[in-house]
Amino acid sequence: MANFAESLMSACRAKGKPGVAGIWLDEHQLVKAAAKVKEAGFKKFDAISPFPIHGIDEACGIPRSYIPWITFIFGLTGCLFGVWFTWWTSAENWALNIGGKPMWSLAAFIPVIFECTILFAALSSVGAMILINGLPKVDPPVIDPDLTCSKFALFVPEDDHGYDADRVTKLFRDLGAVEVKRTEF
Amino acid sequence: MIKRNQLVLGNKNYKTITEDIVHLLEKFPPKNYYIGLAVAVVLLMVYVVAQGATAVFGMGLQGVNHPVGWGTDIITFVFWIGIGHAGTLISAILFLFRQKWRTSIARTAEAMTVFAVMVAGTFPIIHTGRPWLGYWLLPYPNQRGPLWVNFRSPLLWDVFAVSTYATVSLVFWYIGMVPDLATIRDRAKHPVRKLVYGMLSLGWRGTARSWSHYEIVYMLLAGLSTPLVLSVHSIVSFDFAVAGLPGWHATIFPPYFVAGAVFSGFGMVVTLMVLLRKLVPVFKDYITLDHMEAMNKIIMCTGLMVGYAYSMEFFIAWYGGSPYEGFIFLNRAFGPYGWAYWIMVVCNTVIPQIFWWKHARRSIPIMFVVSIFVNIGMWFERFVIVVTSLHRDFLPANWGMWKMTIFDAGAIIGSFGMFFTLFLLYIRTLPPIAIAEVKPVLPVGRDGGHHG
Repeated sequence: MANFAESLMSACRAKGKPGVAGIWLDEHQLVKAAAKVKEAGFKKFDAISPFPIHGIDEACGIPRSYIPWITFIFGLTGCLFGVWFTWWTSAENWALNIGGKPMWSLAAFIPVIFECTILFAALSSVGAMILINGLPKVDPPVIDPDLTCSKFALFVPEDDHGYDADRVTKLFRDLGAVEVKRTEF
Repeated sequence: MIKRNQLVLGNKNYKTITEDIVHLLEKFPPKNYYIGLAVAVVLLMVYVVAQGATAVFGMGLQGVNHPVGWGTDIITFVFWIGIGHAGTLISAILFLFRQKWRTSIARTAEAMTVFAVMVAGTFPIIHTGRPWLGYWLLPYPNQRGPLWVNFRSPLLWDVFAVSTYATVSLVFWYIGMVPDLATIRDRAKHPVRKLVYGMLSLGWRGTARSWSHYEIVYMLLAGLSTPLVLSVHSIVSFDFAVAGLPGWHATIFPPYFVAGAVFSGFGMVVTLMVLLRKLVPVFKDYITLDHMEAMNKIIMCTGLMVGYAYSMEFFIAWYGGSPYEGFIFLNRAFGPYGWAYWIMVVCNTVIPQIFWWKHARRSIPIMFVVSIFVNIGMWFERFVIVVTSLHRDFLPANWGMWKMTIFDAGAIIGSFGMFFTLFLLYIRTLPPIAIAEVKPVLPVGRDGGHHG
């Protein structure tokens, strides 16, 4: 079972990009370091933390997420689907007279239309978040197992603008990283 | 400036928070856990036998008859759906209100929602009498016409409301858990454990870009869950309110049901949190007396709201001038089921008033007993609504009584077995406190701490 689990994971393991990673022990230092790394001209670098950090988006130059637009469009789609579906089934495809109520009883259909709106909006937001973040990944390379527990890191990939391993290493050291290593992420 | 109380007690850092929360997943639990699980599984078996026998031999095993055609299954369905509402209130509504104290109880409250909805969902299926045709409730292209479902019926609205609620609650719960599952994955030593939690965590690595999208989606889900949860119990109340029956046909029903749902749900959250604190003493640093006190305040507040609804129902029964409505309410309080009505009133509106005293709000034994009474009272509220309205309607020829059978009792008591089995397996396999949400609130109330 244990061998099987290992071979299954290695068969479809996600590939990482080579680059340089620096590790910090304090989130406030990480935010300051990220801002300096951005000033140094890097664009594709990322910060890794066990929890969302206040101000890291600005420090890394990450724009506000566009997912709310996806939620809105799919919510609207769900609403229109609900309107169409209740109309088509109740008034068009097989219209049944139930208690003399109108075939097209919009007021009575609103609960179902509302639930369709919420369902489409919620599932599309989650689906979008998973796709945009490139998940699911099978056993992706991890810089340090403590990055989901107590440590914080910055990673500059080798294809970033103006990448030079020695320069990045020196920059991270100067910014107070407790550990700097060449790795994959 | 008013000093804030610490949300996390003890001298914790990020590492110890992780270790505290996952230790129930990584070490064998105390003996009490196994005793609790054994009791829960035995009750689950009672549930399977009671409801299984009803499914096989028919609804005649239960107390439902003419004129009381809705019995245990509907009462207990409404009860469990209501329990679930507190979980969404804590995880979504308190999130939108930026109540940081919600972080340490949100995960378990959401789990309670998911399990309560799962338990609730079994009851209407059994109540249909032919559970093997349960899929007829869904509008799918079929060879009977296609004959579509009746979208004008509140019972069908329920199908949509409850299934949407179950789906969105499950997704909300799971998405909130993904970063914590990654934490467990990165701590795992055994390859199988690494594989399982690796799959569950979707390969989450906590990059700033993914947190940025993640936080937006979490907020969107909270924003979508809020109207959803209010709609669910409103729609459940339409099952009654849309009917023309005295005692059911009331415009106050949607807000009355939602307040009652939050009330009973918080009762259950307090019950569970007291048990969890007892089972895992280190959780007392995270689920502090301040948390329990805040929940007890909500219990008292929503208890007053249901008390207002009870009195307003009586007032409108008199003020509306309908003799049938007036009779039903007098019959409720002073008829053959008067005892159930007074159990409801005492448990829901009188007993929670003890929380006016700070000592009672912060006393674990008192709050535990009160939370049990709240749950008993809220089951009886649904009993009163369903049975007393049905058993005497417009014509005395239609009058009758409803008697509980052993299968009814088995279904009610057994459903707690299903709920607690799921709950006990959950606290052993998934992180019962949101690790990634507790860490950012660590500085709250500490020296040098600031608003994060």
